[in-house]
Amino acid sequence: MLAPLSWLKDYVDIDVTPKELEEKLFSCGFEVEELIEVGKDVSNVVVGLVKECEPIPETHLSLCQVDAGSHGTFQICCGADNVCAGKKFPVALVGATVYATAKDHVTIEGVMKIKKGKLRGYESQGMLCSGVELGLNEDLYPGAGYNGLLVLPDDAEVGADVKPLLGLNDWIFDIAITANRPDCQSIYGIAREVAAVLNKPCKEPALDFTETEVKKDGFSVTVDAPELCPRYIAHYVYDVKIAPSPAWMRRRLSLVGIGGISNVVDITNYILKELGQPMHAFDDSFLQGNAINVRRAADGEKIVTLDEKEFELNSSNLVICDGKRPVALAGIMGGLNSEILDTTTEVMFEAAKFMRDNIRKSSRALGQSSDSSAMYAKGVYEYTTVMAMKRALHLIEELGCGKVSSTHVEVSTGNSVEPQEMKVSVKQVNGVLGIEVPETEMLRILTALNFAPAIDGDTLTIQVPAYREDMDSYQDVAEEVIRMYGYDHVKGTFMPTARVTAGGLDLRQKSELKIKRALCAAGAYEGIHYSFFSPSDLDLLRLPEDAKERHAIRLMNPINIDLSLMRTTLAPQMIHAMARNQKRGILEGRIFELGNIFVPKELPLTEYPDERETLCVGVFGEKESFYTLKGMAQVVARALGVTFTYEAGTRPFLHPYQTAEIFCEGEKAGYLGKLAYEIADELDMRTQAYVLELDVRLLSRWYGQAQTFTPLPRFAQEKRDFAFVVDKGITCAQIESGIQESCKYVTDVQLFDVYEGAQLGPDKRSMAFSVVFTPAEEEFGGEMVEGFVKKILKNLEQKLGVTLRA
Amino acid sequence: MKEKLQKIRERAIAEIEGAGGLDRLSEVRSAILGKKGELTAVLKGMKDVPPEERPKVGQWVNETREAIEGILAEQTKRLEAQALRIRYEAEKIDVTMPSVTPAKGNLHPITQVRNQLIDIFASMGFEIFEGSEIETDYYNFTALNTPQDHPARDMQDTFYLSKEFLLRTQTSAGQIHVMEAKKPPIKIISPGKVFRSDDDATHSPMFSQMEGLVVDKGITLCDLKGMLDEFVKRIFGEQVTTRLRPSYFPFTEPSVEVDVSCFQCGGKGCKLCKGTGWIEVLGAGVVNNRVLAGCGVDTDVYSGFAFGIGIERIAMLKYGINNIKLLFESDLRVLNQIDD
Repeated sequence: MLAPLSWLKDYVDIDVTPKELEEKLFSCGFEVEELIEVGKDVSNVVVGLVKECEPIPETHLSLCQVDAGSHGTFQICCGADNVCAGKKFPVALVGATVYATAKDHVTIEGVMKIKKGKLRGYESQGMLCSGVELGLNEDLYPGAGYNGLLVLPDDAEVGADVKPLLGLNDWIFDIAITANRPDCQSIYGIAREVAAVLNKPCKEPALDFTETEVKKDGFSVTVDAPELCPRYIAHYVYDVKIAPSPAWMRRRLSLVGIGGISNVVDITNYILKELGQPMHAFDDSFLQGNAINVRRAADGEKIVTLDEKEFELNSSNLVICDGKRPVALAGIMGGLNSEILDTTTEVMFEAAKFMRDNIRKSSRALGQSSDSSAMYAKGVYEYTTVMAMKRALHLIEELGCGKVSSTHVEVSTGNSVEPQEMKVSVKQVNGVLGIEVPETEMLRILTALNFAPAIDGDTLTIQVPAYREDMDSYQDVAEEVIRMYGYDHVKGTFMPTARVTAGGLDLRQKSELKIKRALCAAGAYEGIHYSFFSPSDLDLLRLPEDAKERHAIRLMNPINIDLSLMRTTLAPQMIHAMARNQKRGILEGRIFELGNIFVPKELPLTEYPDERETLCVGVFGEKESFYTLKGMAQVVARALGVTFTYEAGTRPFLHPYQTAEIFCEGEKAGYLGKLAYEIADELDMRTQAYVLELDVRLLSRWYGQAQTFTPLPRFAQEKRDFAFVVDKGITCAQIESGIQESCKYVTDVQLFDVYEGAQLGPDKRSMAFSVVFTPAEEEFGGEMVEGFVKKILKNLEQKLGVTLRA
Repeated sequence: MKEKLQKIRERAIAEIEGAGGLDRLSEVRSAILGKKGELTAVLKGMKDVPPEERPKVGQWVNETREAIEGILAEQTKRLEAQALRIRYEAEKIDVTMPSVTPAKGNLHPITQVRNQLIDIFASMGFEIFEGSEIETDYYNFTALNTPQDHPARDMQDTFYLSKEFLLRTQTSAGQIHVMEAKKPPIKIISPGKVFRSDDDATHSPMFSQMEGLVVDKGITLCDLKGMLDEFVKRIFGEQVTTRLRPSYFPFTEPSVEVDVSCFQCGGKGCKLCKGTGWIEVLGAGVVNNRVLAGCGVDTDVYSGFAFGIGIERIAMLKYGINNIKLLFESDLRVLNQIDD
């Protein structure tokens, strides 16, 4: 919110520098996001009196002798059409800075420094300035909009700095207001805080006015939707003369970003900024039926707002109607049919409280907003409606633009706008803070914040102003006290009254971290991807229409379609990550992600979905293979102390012959495989990629298995190597289990060589295994191991047709 | 005989000393001391020596043998040393050539920071509660004193999944679940992913927060300050101090923003702290009684504080990462920079 220093000074005697005020506001909860120095770029510009002014022949220029008081008299060449002797203008001395304008003399193109110069052979020591060159416009200073020199008043002191004269010595505070303090969304609201923090009184804006005898007979206000409009105040003003508002008002509005329109409209805008109360002015001559009716719109009812946009309404929109038709979209914008015109002579002022949520929703639903609707969405207090109407009527008189009738109608649901008494315990207030705030300080602070406090024993009684709806309990009082007393009084303690608790990770958290660390140790980097992905990611995976992954939760308001589904698999983002790395020239790498997939029980959601912890590993590069990725799976198995088994499998996005299902202790736990070539091509991958997914939630069943020690073998182990000739259809796993089941003393089977060659025939391959036999009860005697070997060979031959290689 | 032995000895010594390598030495040894060796032959010829001379000759032979063996041993040692030296020299390498380094991986910078935070708070007795990413409107807002028409709802742009379900906008949602499930004393932190409909250079629609909550008897704002002082020293360094300043969150009262003294310039003002000497790191406050009461906590007996930390923000500050988006792209050139 923008608050000019000069405006704040209307209410508070501010005797600190702008920088100091910024710090004070910061300390009590109002962060100044920007402290803007008005006229920062203008320097060394003084009041100059043109004493002589002669046209330079054959040019549009005039040669002037300019008296700049104590600075001296300078010869200046000037091209403006309104330069003349005897008048006073701003003169930028040599070394001054002013705004540089484009050829149109209007568009500011930066800041320039004035140097001595020569024009058409005539020396020029300085520059006479236009309003634009000083950063002004017609609203900020009358006459500043003229495309020529800015004419200064005849009584301006020659040689004096123009900045105070032109209002260029001002500051604007751009203040962030927290959501709990809508009462500070106004200059006066901020002034109350400034007064409190500076320990100064705060002067209320003038609210006095004189009602005439004139009445608007039979005028009535009815509120049919009090739940959306708890208070509506209307006051009739006549003998209105529409004209521009005075310079001081236009300047202030301009400083806070509002252009002047006309006195009556400017008054409503002024009050919006000054008090935070949106107001509306109807041209009363357009109001039909001598009545105002506040009601919900009928379905399909239409209104055209001031900006000539038409809206079709429904019963969730609140409208202000005259006796016959809607004349305003409540709190958002007035209707075109009752707009203030230059010809307006009678005005019906409105100051009302509309419910925040309704205005916000209507504004969003209709796509129509205004400063007024923005203010309502932040929160407007009923208290302010009363004050604002008085202020408007005062300004009507002050500006002399109309007469205040005695037709004043106020309809309310009876909410009080008087201060409410609240009693809290001093001990509880201090108990929140953990310090003892001296009673005198507590009283001083609460007095400065208009709470009219009194302390009796442990009881603190305050009168909460009606604009402080945020005050609810002793905790709020504690906050008010400490933000003014100073947070530097809060001294660190370490929970002396709290009980000791045991902290730390639980088993699941520890186990997941163990998995992650194991993968890191195996050369993989952890990645984190968004929890949402694109519908096109499911297509990328070539998933069929009925795939469970397509049963995904949809965001109602995604940023864009690519971030619109809660992910049901981690694979696509991993595949994209591998492709992205390759695009960036990284041609090998290992990435893993441990994150949630979201499995809805039904759609649309009626209960919490299953958020399943899932692991995805992606490896890519010439050195990688199915087996290196399988090694990553084994790393996980080893970290958890479980056994994974693998069977050939398929996935629509993986290589048809290099894909496996992963089983953990016999339960289906995931898959791994080589990325299908058509997908790799679609993503312009430059090298092969492999992907694995594991259901970590399933694996969690095996978390924290007790680790037990197996005593070292007491007797010597025997090792035998075999080279088998095997049908290509027989798998390594089949042979391994064939060996295992043949002899209970087999403790390890390792494949160590595979060979295919012409002499074996096209359907055969040779597989060499190394088998370890470990004696249990006693040493292997004599021919025992040879007996085992025979049994193994026999078993393999019978079951799998495997023979020893000659 | 003596002369013969003397000759053998001299020749043996000459040959031993002349042997250039261990192989040659071994040959020399066999030629003298082997089964068919010269000296062995002398011993074999002892039977031809008259008995009365045998002891004497035997002694000469032994002396000769010992002398030869002594020299042999010396020469063996010398040649072995020489052989070793030659072997070493042959294996001379250029130690400046590149290493063969095992492939490494890293935890994500966010996980690293998260673990650091967890370690700090775990040591202070905090448990770790991870809530769900999908939450209900009730847990994310209403129970946190942010009812439907509350202006604070405008502070955060929420992703909705249905009228009731949404992506949590703050890990604060975890507070309520914990307080519903557990009686005080409560000390938990709740790290996790949160979501807001923001997408620009400094905002990511998904980021991570860590909520902290303490509820017990007599907990005050001073306790919050004391704990945060300890926390920032451990995460940013011993010299770092905190500053509290007023702020607003619906679920805490009073609410504060917590700034830390700039750990880069020590508070003098630099680019990192934008010249202010302070860096905003987290929001906190005394838990609003409405929140406690809503969870059935007796506010006459118990009070608490809560705080929320942006994990990416800490990671970016600590490591000087300049763009939040880099954290979610799995670019290996980014991930391999920050070692755990």
